[in-house]
Amino acid sequence: MIFYHFFSNPWAVFALKLAAVFIFFLTAPLVLGYVEHKGLAHMQSRLGPMEAGKFHGWAQLIADGVKFIQKEDIVPDAADRRIFMLAPMIVIIPVSLVFLVIPFGPAAVSCHAPAGAGACGFWGENFDVGIFFVLAISAISVIGMLMAGWASANKFSLIGAIRGAAQLIAYELPLVLAASAVAMQAGTLSLVGIGDAQKAYWFVFPQIAGFIIFVIASLAELSRPPFDMPIADSEIIFGHMTEYTGIRFGLFLLSEYAGIVSLSAIAVVLYLGAWHGFFVPWIPGPIWTLAKIGALSFLVIWLRATYPRLREDQLQKMAWKYLIPIALVNILLTMIFKVVF
Amino acid sequence: MAMTKEERTAKLRELEQKIASKKGIGALYGLVKGMSVTMRTMLKPAITTQYPHVKPDLPERTRGVIALKEENCTVCMLCSRECPDWCIYIDSHKDVMPPKTPGARARTRNVLDRFAIDYALCMYCGICVDVCPFDALFWSPHFEYSTDDLSTLTHEMDTLAKWMDFVPPPPPLEDGAEDPVELSKEAVSYGAPAVAAPAATATAAPAAPPRTEPAPSQEGAAADSATPAGGTTGAAETQAPPAREERHDEEPPQIDQEAYDAAIAQGKPDREARALAKKAWILKRRKAQS
Repeated sequence: MIFYHFFSNPWAVFALKLAAVFIFFLTAPLVLGYVEHKGLAHMQSRLGPMEAGKFHGWAQLIADGVKFIQKEDIVPDAADRRIFMLAPMIVIIPVSLVFLVIPFGPAAVSCHAPAGAGACGFWGENFDVGIFFVLAISAISVIGMLMAGWASANKFSLIGAIRGAAQLIAYELPLVLAASAVAMQAGTLSLVGIGDAQKAYWFVFPQIAGFIIFVIASLAELSRPPFDMPIADSEIIFGHMTEYTGIRFGLFLLSEYAGIVSLSAIAVVLYLGAWHGFFVPWIPGPIWTLAKIGALSFLVIWLRATYPRLREDQLQKMAWKYLIPIALVNILLTMIFKVVF
Repeated sequence: MAMTKEERTAKLRELEQKIASKKGIGALYGLVKGMSVTMRTMLKPAITTQYPHVKPDLPERTRGVIALKEENCTVCMLCSRECPDWCIYIDSHKDVMPPKTPGARARTRNVLDRFAIDYALCMYCGICVDVCPFDALFWSPHFEYSTDDLSTLTHEMDTLAKWMDFVPPPPPLEDGAEDPVELSKEAVSYGAPAVAAPAATATAAPAAPPRTEPAPSQEGAAADSATPAGGTTGAAETQAPPAREERHDEEPPQIDQEAYDAAIAQGKPDREARALAKKAWILKRRKAQS
């Protein structure tokens, strides 16, 4: 009875969901960061962190976080102080907002929310324009990147930020085009709706070209290797993060890993059947979603360990000359199939 | 159709080359191959060893640190001078030792007071080890000697000597190898004649100048007394010295009066005349001998 009352209160549900999303937003990047430490190390025949927390260095990321908090928060003399301090937050807030709309499971069978059936489920919020929201809000991060680069008053920071902006413009297009083909096939912009539409088959099969383009474009969007020209540490030190220290630098790193998790989650929802499993249907949907997100995030780490960084012009060439035309053809084919069948 | 492993790998390599040389597919194949390499490396155990917890398995003669075998050092300073970093400190003093024979000059000997290597400077080139003529410096496999302060990285003689314990003994010679020189020759004893000599000179001194025969005769006597059987061995021993005796028996050159007078007559100074006369005398003797 108590529970009934509690869940019928929209504010309580809202607070609960917000807390859950926030906790996921803070823990998932840590887990991913640890997996990257270990996976990358073993791919290079190393062991990675082994000391922190005694057992295979499980607490390394927590120790790193504590270290970041303890460090001095330095703002360069020449920097534009307020913009410089604001930039990491501009970067991290959009990334955290993406987690609000990721559906981890199917809609609840019975729902007591005032909005009616379909409003409850393993997600923070079910927007009708979920995919639009995700793609729009994740593009805001680049403003934070530009702010950081410009306000640092450092040539490396500025080069990194400009590169980041150019990269985002180039790769936002194939990302959106690939995602819109999926939306077209599912007939809805809602992420929950797209997940539901994959009950029969995953969209990765008809949309294989779109999936590959989406993954490549996500990597570039996140400035992850082999597309990490904005932070190319052998050329421009650390790009827009060059002048940052302490917790502000930590926020940039957190946003990078949170970005990997969120874009993997979006790719899972769009292409890999969201919460729909195979062979073992008794495993609950959220577990499936998490497993797929984990697998896709591991792919990101695997790619980092394998491929060297592309050159800046190669990156632009790849987007404008290959990915965008292929994505357009993909949309065209999806349209034709949608109309004909 | 049994293929050996080499044939199979060769065939696979050939196939791989064929795929890799194709324009579009080749690049894709390269990408996939790269991914498989990282994945296979990940699934293999890492080669890292957990050093402080697990001691590394080092070769026996690892060049970890330079150790000093103190008793072999003669303070020749070669290591210190050859050191490119000037990181070897040597202090010594001279000890005066009693003479070996009574009345001889007192002997001096270098005594090592301090031998220190500053490992903050040392670059482990090993030149000091190579250059040491007395086998006093060794490469020791010990390597855990770091300190928490720069100044304490200068390690003194006692520490360097302790590291000698880690140096493995020299390996045994291989079968059929010649024994080292020290073992193959009869140990040359410098002590025994030195003890015998004073007695010889003491007895022989009044009779004749020490340079000539007494020493061989004394030796012969000693040999005789040592081997009372005499016989053939005694004869062999007495036959050995003569070659030396011939040379040593020569009188010191004298002055040839004729040549001296001639030189004086020519108006040469006395000193030059004496030298010419001596030369003439030696030439004359040589002619007489031949």
